Amino acid sequence: MKYDLEFDIISKASPAPGFAVLRLRRADRLPLPPVAPGQFVEVEVPDSRHTFLRRPISVNFVEPDGMTLWLLVRDAGEGTHHLCNLEVGRQIRLMLPLGNGFGVESRRRTLLVGGGVGVAPLLYLARLMDEAGNRPDVLLGARSAELLLQIPEFNKYATVLTATDDGSAGHHGVVTTHPAMTSGEYDLVCCCGPAPMMKAVAAVARARGIECMVSLENMMACGLGACLCCVENTVKGHVCVCTEGPVFNINQLNWQ
Amino acid sequence: MTPDLSVRLGSLELQNPVLTASGTFGYGEEFADFVDLDSLGGFIVKGTTLAPREGNPYPRMAETPSGMLNAVGLQNKGVDYFIENIYPRLKERRSEVIVNVSGACVEDYAEVCHRLAALDKIHAVEVNISCPNVKHGGMAFGTTTAGASEVVTAVRKAWPRHLMVKLSPNVTDITEIARAAEGAGADSLSLINTMLGMAIDVERRRPMLSTITGGLSGPAVKPVAVRMVWQTSKAVKIPVVGLGGIRTGADALEFIMAGATAVQIGTANFLDPAATMNVIREMHDYCVRHGIADINSLRGII
Ligand SMILES: Cc1cc2nc3c(=O)[nH]c(=O)nc-3n(C[C@H](O)[C@H](O)[C@H](O)COP(=O)(O)OP(=O)(O)OC[C@H]3O[C@@H](n4cnc5c(N)ncnc54)[C@H](O)[C@@H]3O)c2cc1C
Ligand SMILES: Cc1cc2nc3c(=O)[nH]c(=O)nc-3n(C[C@H](O)[C@H](O)[C@H](O)COP(=O)(O)O)c2cc1C
Ligand code: FES
Repeated sequence: MKYDLEFDIISKASPAPGFAVLRLRRADRLPLPPVAPGQFVEVEVPDSRHTFLRRPISVNFVEPDGMTLWLLVRDAGEGTHHLCNLEVGRQIRLMLPLGNGFGVESRRRTLLVGGGVGVAPLLYLARLMDEAGNRPDVLLGARSAELLLQIPEFNKYATVLTATDDGSAGHHGVVTTHPAMTSGEYDLVCCCGPAPMMKAVAAVARARGIECMVSLENMMACGLGACLCCVENTVKGHVCVCTEGPVFNINQLNWQ
Repeated sequence: MTPDLSVRLGSLELQNPVLTASGTFGYGEEFADFVDLDSLGGFIVKGTTLAPREGNPYPRMAETPSGMLNAVGLQNKGVDYFIENIYPRLKERRSEVIVNVSGACVEDYAEVCHRLAALDKIHAVEVNISCPNVKHGGMAFGTTTAGASEVVTAVRKAWPRHLMVKLSPNVTDITEIARAAEGAGADSLSLINTMLGMAIDVERRRPMLSTITGGLSGPAVKPVAVRMVWQTSKAVKIPVVGLGGIRTGADALEFIMAGATAVQIGTANFLDPAATMNVIREMHDYCVRHGIADINSLRGII
């Protein structure tokens, strides 16, 4: 079941310049509907003169109380700029939960790889995997140390590895050259980040024979599988990222 | 007082004037968590073609001021898939289900309608004549009187029930095309389809759509659509269904006052999945507030 609900912004933080974490609670104070990690919401951008459609944003985290949901937003344009600048106390409307999400692995050795704002869906995934007794490794990549997002939060549920382009923290270089990617022993890689990064991670995983799931960010209008705007060209032809994704096994994608 | 919102569209009796626009509401089921599908006047399903179509390459959508461009390109699984897999679910619906039909040549349109004619719960088709005619250099059927009348004549022979013809706004004089469709046997006209538009990403110096140009919809087109409905409803005797940018009950009433018998809600479904329910409620509230017993009394008052 999907819902379109009003939420209150109960607090707000900035994990790095140009990013905001919005903590949201339903305006009616009822518990959240069940949300799987990797699922997303369609957010109405309030009072924006220049945007028109809603914006798809991943569920970053659901607090163990089952009441509080986080969105991690990167200021990337008009709509996300507006969302990053909303005041605590404002109401926003969210349609949720949308898309398929990542499965929560309870056994297989799993590496989560996040680049930039792509870490968003991985935090909630890490919590659920840790609770299932399968604490994952998470490899976070960014241009430099101050752009590595949510490390204190990830430390609670995962073993954190980092890579920065300028070497200011962790491994010096892109995530695909990190030892965890090149020689780590994993059964599964779950990745979310900019498309070129996901393609590079997918190529390494494929070459090493490791199963790999990626979360796509195609442009969306409805988020419900109705408009057919968000399609990805897969081995099954054009499929909607909003309903059959956003999470895909790389074997389904025409990425080679 | 409970105002009467029911309208008659030729042989179709609609419990209220609110239909959903093709390509914006899927097969209705996608919205079932937000909308009581049985309380709609009816819904018009995705553009259906003879053979399955993959549609255009991504990117197919771009946001524009108060609207959006799309270049979906009629992605659908074809009429036989519709008949076997989708119709069995849709036929249980209480509201009217109308199939939107597209084709690349006149024979395709006629054949799709011929196959749909076996489905007795489908009381109407909506023929989309904005499609490019592949036999005539890709010029859309709906942009000439000859093209429009050729398609409608062929469909009229293949389709026994209500025939709605959906007009393209990308013409100099829409009333000419409207009269041609009426003359060839249309039972009603719906307008407008999307307006041809284009947008460029200046940072990347690339068109926003894979197809360069695409169809503009949403509130940005509404004044054009209202004007065309007003002109068309004065030029023909058959009923007119108005659409283009409708988001609220007041928007829908604009079309009705301009001469439309019914309306369709398209892009607004993306902004608010319950947009159709709000439009129906707001029209009802308007009638109560103004003491209107029958919505038909507002039609064409301008
Ligand atoms: C399933 C999904 C989950 C997402 N999760 C998050 C998240 O957790 N946090 C977050 O900050 N962002 C996320 N995004 C991306 C976010 O939706 C876009 O950044 C946003 O829609 C851009 O809107 P805007 O108005 O700020 O930018 P615009 O002014 O519309 O555009 C600015 C730039 O962003 C690009 N853009 C537009 N739409 C998208 C899009 N859907 N994806 C990527 N780039 C886009 C444009 O091409 C343009 O270059 C997600 C996208 C999807 C599809
Ligand atoms: C994503 C999308 C897909 C569409 N697909 C079709 C279609 O298959 N057949 C058709 O006749 N019109 C199609 N349309 C046009 C709409 O039905 C409608 O005519 C147009 O969008 C104007 O109405 P609106 O502003 O309320 O959306 C589509 C529009 C959109 C936005
Ligand atoms: S966004 Fe409309 S089908 Fe995916």
